[in-house]
Amino acid sequence: MEPAPETAMDTHDTSNLRTDALAELLAPPDPQAKLYNFGYIDEDSKREIRRKLLKAVSIPGHQIPFASRDLPIARGWGTGGLQITLAIIMPEDTLKVIDQGDDDSVNAVNLRRLISTTTGVATTVETQAASIVQTRHRIPEEPMRSDQILVLQVPMSDPLRWVEPAVEKATEMHGEADYGTMWVYMYESVVQSGDLKIATQYPVMVEDRYLMDTTPIPRHDVPRLHQAQMLSLFGAGREKRVYAVPPHTRVVPMEFEDFRFKTEHRPDQACERCGAEWTFLTRTWVLDPGLSATGHWSYQCSDTNYCNQRYARGHRPRSRASEGTPSDAQ
Amino acid sequence: MGYVAAKGGTEAILNAERLVEYFRLRGGTPAISVAQIRDQLRLAVDRAMSEGALYAPDLAALALKQSEGDAIEASFLLRAYRSTVPRLAISLPASGESMRAFRRISASFKDIPGGQMLGPTRDYQLRLLNSLLLDESTESVRTTLAEIAQMVATQPETEEVGRFPKVAARMRAEGILANPPDAELAERYQQKPYDLTRNAISFPAPRSARLQMLARGDVGSLLTYAYSSVRGYGDAHPTLGELRYGALPVEVSHPQSGEAYGVGDIMVTECEIVSKIHTTDAADEAANGATSRPKFGLGYGFTFGHNEVKAISMAILDRVLSAAREGTLAGERGPSADEEFVLQHVDGIEASGFTAHYKLPHYVDFESNMTVLERAVQHTAAHTAQDTERKQQVLKRLESADSADPANHQ
Repeated sequence: MEPAPETAMDTHDTSNLRTDALAELLAPPDPQAKLYNFGYIDEDSKREIRRKLLKAVSIPGHQIPFASRDLPIARGWGTGGLQITLAIIMPEDTLKVIDQGDDDSVNAVNLRRLISTTTGVATTVETQAASIVQTRHRIPEEPMRSDQILVLQVPMSDPLRWVEPAVEKATEMHGEADYGTMWVYMYESVVQSGDLKIATQYPVMVEDRYLMDTTPIPRHDVPRLHQAQMLSLFGAGREKRVYAVPPHTRVVPMEFEDFRFKTEHRPDQACERCGAEWTFLTRTWVLDPGLSATGHWSYQCSDTNYCNQRYARGHRPRSRASEGTPSDAQ
Repeated sequence: MGYVAAKGGTEAILNAERLVEYFRLRGGTPAISVAQIRDQLRLAVDRAMSEGALYAPDLAALALKQSEGDAIEASFLLRAYRSTVPRLAISLPASGESMRAFRRISASFKDIPGGQMLGPTRDYQLRLLNSLLLDESTESVRTTLAEIAQMVATQPETEEVGRFPKVAARMRAEGILANPPDAELAERYQQKPYDLTRNAISFPAPRSARLQMLARGDVGSLLTYAYSSVRGYGDAHPTLGELRYGALPVEVSHPQSGEAYGVGDIMVTECEIVSKIHTTDAADEAANGATSRPKFGLGYGFTFGHNEVKAISMAILDRVLSAAREGTLAGERGPSADEEFVLQHVDGIEASGFTAHYKLPHYVDFESNMTVLERAVQHTAAHTAQDTERKQQVLKRLESADSADPANHQ
């Protein structure tokens, strides 16, 4: 195994990454690590995953069962996405791992640590610099290219789980494209709640054939799977399924002619840090400067790298451009 | 402050790892040796091996030490390790009959061929805390061992000790117990049995997949399902045909000569449940239909190490699921008679992993959920406003009708 190269993170924006601690995490693998194969999983199992992925790419949106090996990460914590990444990663790859859009989230750090320790590949926080992006719950804001692969961690692989929890029955329903109960579910949620009640994990029709679970990416990200440039691979480790959306695939959210799919977007909101008005925002409690007892919910891009890059280029919210942002005061 | 509240993940997880070590050791007492755990926490080691699906007492003891005795965490460590170990060979089918039993009982007959042997069991122990253990010492351990060694020395050690015929074989010979269906018998002699670690399970599952899933299952989950079944939610009315615990020889065939070679013994618990629900031999039923001879059905349980509650629960569930598939399960059905429901939820490592994953950050999802919640609030408010307006209109109309009605002016 090759020693881990200098991490790409050192050379990129690191405003929210602790490089000293990262260096410790990404230090050359210890001799103990040599007990394990490149990418942890043995080659036969990797091949099985790659074969299943080929099948998944050939039948977009269709769930393909795979054996799913046990990993040193708990089931439900990203083992599906992890197995895909470990099965396809090559020494020359550059990897980005995000959770909730954030490179420095505890879970992202932990998964990056495992992949990095067992492969020695370079890692990055920049979407554009990565050849593989493994993610949980977000698609990076910057459009990905055709030479990039997006690997999504999936908790529940079957979009019919809302209406049919039995896998045996749901498999039959997919086989017959029998999605009537799901349409009824969607209809009822509109009547009861005035919106399609499913927030994240929004069901989509892929190439007019298979209903697909979009993992808990927010609705904001759903249209960004449609006719995308990149290959998206989905892995559910505990549910033992992989599926795929190849480049230039039709991905259409479930909606009614008279009740359209809506994203979370609110036109009056913009990132309080970089001013972006089109990104997915999450809220953070911010104490008011000088007053430790009061604060407010601050909305910021959940894609931290995107936000950092814009911020570094001098982008600020329109209303605050003149007065400076709270983060300037830090 | 504030703006990067959720940052510092790397440093935090490194410190968390150090803190776990501190909490494990902070009592400052002498370190427990892995050998002590292996020998004196035998049942915890057995449970970890059984649910971790890896027969390795020393590693299981290490896993228990590392996980501060957390049973699921210890079996998870073994599972993760297991997937890095090459598969050198697949053992030849082993029969419980070749077990050298330390304990063997049957509840279906007062006496059985070979006799009942209580062996090491707490079944008839009064559950009183033993304060003598508070002061157990190396000397007291030696004394106790010497006393027992003297008792054992008076019994001759022969090949026959611990060898017993199977109660189920006897029942089959008497024609009261159904044979396994041909398909299952064929499965038993396949070169490679169904392996859940190499193939995702699909439903309906072959019986070998069911048994493998149950054998790796969490004892608590198996117990809950089995218990709910015998309380009436899909009951197969079990009788304990036989329960044995002992050393089972494991053999593999020589890669060149094909000859069977013993590679060692494993300690296992085996249980056969006889269900009073009538069934029939598949061949008999095919030939004679409704006039085929009614028999009892069998459920099978097997675990690494010594875990009788798990072996019994597994055997009950195996029988309940078979009867449910045959359509012979009498009375109410419950979750424990639903194959997919049972098999998808008995794995402790998968169940605990997913249940614990809710600790991971979900703030993107939650933000999205809040958007939908806000829309629902607006929707409800709009409806309420509409309703109120309509009600007021109706009330007004009624009032004006009232005032116009001369009857009200009497």
